[in-house]
Amino acid sequence: MKKLIWALLLTPMVGLAADEPVNVTAQQFVDLQQGNAVYPGFRRAHAKGICVSGEFRSNGQLSDYSKAPVFQSGATPFTGRLSIAGNNPTAPDLKAPVRSLALSFSISSTEQWRLAMNTPPVMAVADPHTFYQQILAIQAGPAAIKQFFSEHPESKEFLAWAAQYKASGSFASETYNSINAFYLINHNGKRQAVRWAMQPTVTVATTDAQDVDALQNEIANRVVAGNVVFDWVFTLADAADDENNATKAWPDSRQKITAGQIVINNTTAQLEGGCHAINFDPLVLPTGIEATADPILRARSSAYAESYRRRATEQLTGALKEPEND
Amino acid sequence: MTNTERFSLSMRLFHWGMAALVFAMLTAGLLMVASLDGWQLTVLTAHKVFGVIAVLLVSARLINRLRQAIPALPDDLSHWQKMSARVSHWLLYGLLFAMPVSGYLMQYFAARPIDVFGWFRLPAALNVDIYTYALFRELHSVFAIALICLIALHIGAALHHHIIRKDKVLKSML
Ligand code: HEM
Ligand code: HEM
Ligand code: HEM
Repeated sequence: MKKLIWALLLTPMVGLAADEPVNVTAQQFVDLQQGNAVYPGFRRAHAKGICVSGEFRSNGQLSDYSKAPVFQSGATPFTGRLSIAGNNPTAPDLKAPVRSLALSFSISSTEQWRLAMNTPPVMAVADPHTFYQQILAIQAGPAAIKQFFSEHPESKEFLAWAAQYKASGSFASETYNSINAFYLINHNGKRQAVRWAMQPTVTVATTDAQDVDALQNEIANRVVAGNVVFDWVFTLADAADDENNATKAWPDSRQKITAGQIVINNTTAQLEGGCHAINFDPLVLPTGIEATADPILRARSSAYAESYRRRATEQLTGALKEPEND
Repeated sequence: MTNTERFSLSMRLFHWGMAALVFAMLTAGLLMVASLDGWQLTVLTAHKVFGVIAVLLVSARLINRLRQAIPALPDDLSHWQKMSARVSHWLLYGLLFAMPVSGYLMQYFAARPIDVFGWFRLPAALNVDIYTYALFRELHSVFAIALICLIALHIGAALHHHIIRKDKVLKSML
């Protein structure tokens, strides 16, 4: 409580001190993400996606580490979204470098949990302002991005992952990573830093399909034929690991706990399903899980809110138009 | 109207306490929506809790106000000056309610429960209603702009009374 009072009283000062030139605002960040072609009513990032739903079947293994009720053994339903990175809601599925899974557990009127996960296990950079420079470099072309990575040695692990990563032929056969670390809080108030991954239970070979909606069609058909299942695997940090640096993976030898399975049993087009209305802000957390100070994680709430505000207001004023595939 | 010279102690405490709180809330709100830095989450959490406290305070303040006499405005003010003083004060009260109520409803319809110092949580909708969220999100901003303008006018008027008219209006609140 004391911390919150100081935070409120001291914000005016922070404002005066925060005039370093490299700092970008949430608005500038979202402007850069949305680019010149704005698609009213759609997410400014990960604009193309498909709604999914199903349940988390918890085996109870994590309940010693977190008091969050979802980790008691039993099933909790979710609304989710499978998406690809980018600002264009009609982009070809197979051209996107990153695939994503987002989940929302609406547990009760006082407990909500939102998760947004990507295929890479680490970030190339450790803070949002450098991330902004990285996106600028990507937009400027191959020479600029090469230059950027050479000036940012912290991107080494990300580049090593990217060099060996082969996109598969399905959303069902990818691994989705939390990337950022969180704290689990147990009944005794003990805190444990963790990262997690949704690990696929099927393998699907790379495809050379030409269809722009190849991944969406594939997953819709697959779910009709049977449930799509992921193992939810947590990695526990030990004292040597830095939970606040999203560019560094923790050693493979760290303890891993499988908390249960994510079971997808339904898909719906995003404008018809329940996922479009949700802001999958990873800082919406239930009791028993807390945010680390990771600067990337901390940057996400206000950027997601800015994107959400823009698209929600566009939807309210009727500006959302379903774009044609081209 | 009455023969009191000053606002009662309780009214002065409410006035200056809330003036400080509202100033901090406005500053926190404007800075946090722009910031990508580590303190954003902490300030956002504080903003919501203290916003909820603000609605409790302004309710108590209004009850307190309606039960007491307040100093009469100076006799040399014209009819419309007295009217605008009264209207602006009631508008201030109105916005002191509208700010936190729109903030809470924005969070409610975005299905984001509000954590109160880790003690308990205020409820939110189970499912997101993006239209109603958008409405209250925009109203929260519109009310904030209106409140900022009105406070500027209010401070201007208080200083005008003190420095130019040299009457007792500002002193009645000190
Ligand atoms: C500073 C870092 C980041 C920024 C500024 C950022 C920004 C954004 C924005 C603005 C959105 C759109 C939100 C909306 O309108 O609903 C978004 C969506 C998303 N982001 Fe991030 N992001 C960041 C890091 C990450 C990381 C590290 C991950 C993965 C672990 C991630 C995964 C996702 C996913 C999966 C979505 C789509 C969620 C959905 O389906 O609605 N982001 N991001
Ligand atoms: C005296 C009461 C309050 C004042 C003066 C106030 C003021 C502000 C201001 C000036 C902003 C920035 C708006 C903008 O730039 O568009 C803001 C944003 C915000 N306020 Fe408040 N607020 C109050 C109460 C509340 C309450 C009670 C809540 C919720 C329980 C709340 C939740 C929020 C949220 C979530 C945002 C950020 C929205 C976003 O990032 O999209 N506020 N507030
Ligand atoms: C430096 C800043 C401020 C000064 C010098 C100031 C001064 C005053 C004065 C002199 C009065 C009495 C007017 C009269 O005799 O009728 C007054 C009333 C009032 N002020 Fe302020 N004020 C300030 C800031 C604020 C702020 C930030 C708010 C809003 C939160 C506010 C809300 C009110 C309200 C609602 C009243 C009416 C009181 C009532 O009739 O119950 N003031 N102020």
